Amino acid sequence: MKLLTGNDLKTGAVTWWTGADWSIHVEDAVDVTGQEDEIARREEAARRVNVPYAIEAELHKGSPRPAHIKDRVRALGPTVRPDLTLKPADPEIGNWVI
Amino acid sequence: MYAYDQYDQQMVDARVEEFRDQARRRLEGKLSEDQFKPLRLMNGLYLQLHAYMLRVAIPYGTLSGTQMRALADIAEKYDRGYGHFTTRQNIQYNWIKLEDAADILADLAKVEMHAIQTSGNCIRNISSDHFAGAAADEVVDPRPYAELLRQWSSFHPEFSYLPRKFKIAVIASEQDRAAMRLHDIGINIVRNSDGELGAAFYVGGGMGRTPMIAPCIREFVPLDRLVTYAEACLRVYNRYGRRDNKYKARIKILVHELGAEEYTRQVEEEYQHLLDSGVEPPFAELERIRTFFADPDFDSEAGEDIDRSDPDFALWVDRNTVAHKQAGYVSAVISLKPVGGIPGDATADQMRVMADLAEKYSFDELRVMHTQNVVLPHVRKADLHALWTALDDAGLGSPNLDTIEDIIACPGLDYCSLANARSIPVAQKIAQRFAETKKTATLGQLKLKISGCINACGHHHAGHIGILGVDRKGVENYQLSLGGSEAEDVSLAKITGPGFDEDGIVDAVETVTGVYEREREGEERFLDTYRRIGMGPFKEALYG
Repeated sequence: MKLLTGNDLKTGAVTWWTGADWSIHVEDAVDVTGQEDEIARREEAARRVNVPYAIEAELHKGSPRPAHIKDRVRALGPTVRPDLTLKPADPEIGNWVI
Repeated sequence: MYAYDQYDQQMVDARVEEFRDQARRRLEGKLSEDQFKPLRLMNGLYLQLHAYMLRVAIPYGTLSGTQMRALADIAEKYDRGYGHFTTRQNIQYNWIKLEDAADILADLAKVEMHAIQTSGNCIRNISSDHFAGAAADEVVDPRPYAELLRQWSSFHPEFSYLPRKFKIAVIASEQDRAAMRLHDIGINIVRNSDGELGAAFYVGGGMGRTPMIAPCIREFVPLDRLVTYAEACLRVYNRYGRRDNKYKARIKILVHELGAEEYTRQVEEEYQHLLDSGVEPPFAELERIRTFFADPDFDSEAGEDIDRSDPDFALWVDRNTVAHKQAGYVSAVISLKPVGGIPGDATADQMRVMADLAEKYSFDELRVMHTQNVVLPHVRKADLHALWTALDDAGLGSPNLDTIEDIIACPGLDYCSLANARSIPVAQKIAQRFAETKKTATLGQLKLKISGCINACGHHHAGHIGILGVDRKGVENYQLSLGGSEAEDVSLAKITGPGFDEDGIVDAVETVTGVYEREREGEERFLDTYRRIGMGPFKEALYG
């Protein structure tokens, strides 16, 4: 599967295309295979996202998990600052990234 | 410290307002990202792995308490309560919002700071010896010359679009504490046999994917021709540096391909051409700048005695203080490397503690080290215990300068969009391993440096032990190298062999230190032993 990601123009936050909007939670992301260029063009033109691009992902326990470690770190936050990651209370999160 | 005059302040203030307008137009959709990107980068604003990142320039690493406090305020008000001191004496904030960026630059301008020339293919922030003005071994304080070059290079129209970024370091001592020969231009202020001051120019050094040690192209440039000679070096590079291939665009490639002799010939020719052109600022300007760097009002009666009855304090004094040119004083290094911490990170509260202590004990001066620590340059020996107590209370009292716990690490894959592997967790695990085994003390001086990609921001080429993180089919892998140095005995580290996974690299570091412990003679450092016995015994221990 492919996910569409980018950054929020104002805040710079990492965001994921949910099919209708942008979310900071990767688990909200949907498969955009075949539509990524069109959605990216439209959303960037509307300034709802900055520099969008598609990444490879797979389903992991029912939720999308980016295929590359860089995108997983990007989805979660710095692994060395669990207090700043999006799921600080999840004990499995380290395994999810690495 | 240098203080802005009206021209400096006007330039910086005008730049803030210019950027405010650019950011507004971007947010309103009047500028595309392609149009805006070079503009934001000229103001130090990157788009990194998690958010916008702002890199703030700290010229030659010098800060006042007021400036450090302003950096703390920015961390708290606009970021997530901390900042990261970098290997080029700057500070980075990792969680910046575009809508706040102009306000941050305005806050910086109020304390005579900015983020100009911390990105892009221009002359970057000029670095220097973090003990400048204090070091017992310096010929002269190098900072006035660094400041002169800063003024010359700021917004220099001819050098705003160089083939690639350009880094200059200025020192003035035999000991090189600024990795001078690993810069595009390294300048060493020296005294000749007639007692005159001049500048030795080293050109074409660098790290990155093609590490090179800069050759000396001129041993003595008169100081009233310093800018002219630097301009000649830049002009030849600007004219012939490769713009067709980003990976071959640094000056080190030009010097290497032309040969140092031919590059020097061309520089000398350009220098002769420039001599009568009026490029050099009036010598009076250098004299004006110099007045800002006069020695503080040292206590000539300051005593030499230090009460060493507290063993923890005595250890910190032994490890983290450095000889000063003034009797009764030392330079004190504040470690930003607590065991298990993130190298170079400081919280807003810690920055405020450092600012307070600088005002109280160090004539209101701080220095950022390229090794990601902070220096209080002028501390009376009599004040050391009170200083250490306050530092220790703030988590800033780690006694580990230049030990295996004092690791340089780039942000790596935890923060950087260019990185291939994480650096920080590896640094944390190594520091924890050696703290647990209590080997840190017995290993003595051992400089370990980690980069998360080939761009080498973590200076791994120059580590006694260097580690480079690479991506091997989507999995982090770490190459080990040995024998580098960024000091006056400069050398480039060599790779030991196949890489290791995250846990394996920690074991590998322990293995090579074990070889050192077995093989060392007398007071040899790790680097000395490596140079004497070569790579063989280390490879044998690592790979069998």
